Amino acid sequence: MIEQALANPWIRQLANAALLLAVINLGVLVLIYMERKVAGFIQSRLGPVHVGPRGWLQSVADALKLILKEDIIPAPADRFLFVLAPFFVFVPVLAVFLVLPFNAGWVAHDFSLAALYVIAAGTVAIMGIVMAGWGTNNKYSLLGGLRSAAQLVSYEIPVVLAILAVVFYAQSMSLVDIAEAQRGFGWFIFHPPLLVAAFVYMIGQLAETNRTPFDLPEAESELVSGFHTEYSGIRFAMFFLAEFANTFFAAALAVVLFFGGWDGLPGLTGALWLVAKSYVLVFVLMWIRWTLPRVRVDQLLGFAWKVLVPIGLIVVLWAAASVVYAGGAKP
Amino acid sequence: MGEVNPDLQSRVVKFPGGGVLVAGIDEIFNWARSNSMWSLTFGLSCCAIEMMATAASHYDLDRFGILFRATPRQADVMIVAGWVSVKMAPFIRRLYDQMPDPKHVLAMGGCACAGGPYRDSETIVKGVGEIVPVDVFVYGCPPRPENLIHGLILLQERIREESILGVRKREPITVQG
Ligand code: SF4
Repeated sequence: MIEQALANPWIRQLANAALLLAVINLGVLVLIYMERKVAGFIQSRLGPVHVGPRGWLQSVADALKLILKEDIIPAPADRFLFVLAPFFVFVPVLAVFLVLPFNAGWVAHDFSLAALYVIAAGTVAIMGIVMAGWGTNNKYSLLGGLRSAAQLVSYEIPVVLAILAVVFYAQSMSLVDIAEAQRGFGWFIFHPPLLVAAFVYMIGQLAETNRTPFDLPEAESELVSGFHTEYSGIRFAMFFLAEFANTFFAAALAVVLFFGGWDGLPGLTGALWLVAKSYVLVFVLMWIRWTLPRVRVDQLLGFAWKVLVPIGLIVVLWAAASVVYAGGAKP
Repeated sequence: MGEVNPDLQSRVVKFPGGGVLVAGIDEIFNWARSNSMWSLTFGLSCCAIEMMATAASHYDLDRFGILFRATPRQADVMIVAGWVSVKMAPFIRRLYDQMPDPKHVLAMGGCACAGGPYRDSETIVKGVGEIVPVDVFVYGCPPRPENLIHGLILLQERIREESILGVRKREPITVQG
């Protein structure tokens, strides 16, 4: 019965998506707990300890409480945009997970343009953020939304250039092929051009996931909470979920692109390696977040256009040259 | 939770199993609410410094799941730390109105509770209780962080006694300085 149902491609895809959604939600709860603990230890505090054993249930309590809160739609807001915006932010994040290979064959949907699709689908979220900023009819939200748009558009370009360099090496845009090309510790991070590309990629993703040094869209001291200032309860929870899911995806994509995907020591299944490596990268992101202060908005855009984009272009040329003249990753 | 019809409780509990069901739901909901009291980032005067100290390394409010949110839309608890001037009062009320239900107020320090040393001044409101309903009064000038934490724990206990049916208790808890 179940076998028959799963033979239908539509039902298969739906089941995959539902499974991914569950995994993402669970992963996000773990990430939030981890973020609070890491923040605590960096600031020589303890972080949550009282809810459940060692505070493990803290994020569960937070999530449940957010669902139970009153749902406020401010009177001057544009109802249509206000209600739609969280979905526009959350759905693209879910959509990009569909092409992420967790293990050999463990991918909801593999196709030959996956790298392009990740970039394209991820960009839709910017529209959701601008919708939230504009739709709430609040000056802080509007400023936050527009800043976010400027920041995300600027930092998308270095990220795309870094991914392009990887595509040259792997000679394919499919994420599965990219991960396959790094089997047996031939990780792309070991090639000098791609090491630089990895740095460009991580800095770009730091900005795209709105983390401090680049958390200007939500700068508390000037913009209250940026584009989600007026969102309460479950709608805010969706923004929160999207942000953390996005962080995890940025790290997991970095693992697939530069750190060998599911490649690791034999003995454990590949998916565990991928998740473990992603968590290490997420830890690095959190570490940066809780250590560095926030940059100014002109420094932010200046850094993207004057430093990261030129480096990205050089890396692309360098990667292309080393593939053509030195054989690149291929022996 | 806004104000609920007072005889709803008796009606629901009359159903067979209604009381058990409500008690179970209450248990879970109150567990979540009391363990995740996000509070609003604002301070009015000297007590605010003590509040920040309570949230920082040494006393660490995050242990109890209390963190500070910058926007009233995402806050559950309002800690009024410091004296409320007559000029400030409308804004405090407005912030309170902007918070989504269920919401609670904790008045911190003698000034927020009753005017404190400025009680005779005509520009100071004699306690924030005159403009918003207060759940916990924590006295002291300023209250020690332990006292503030004690007030917050009492507030958690009060939240655990609430029910999705009943009208909330309004008589305030007092913590002596
Ligand atoms: S109670 Fe004392 S410490 Fe607190 S605001 Fe009043 S004067 Fe300042």
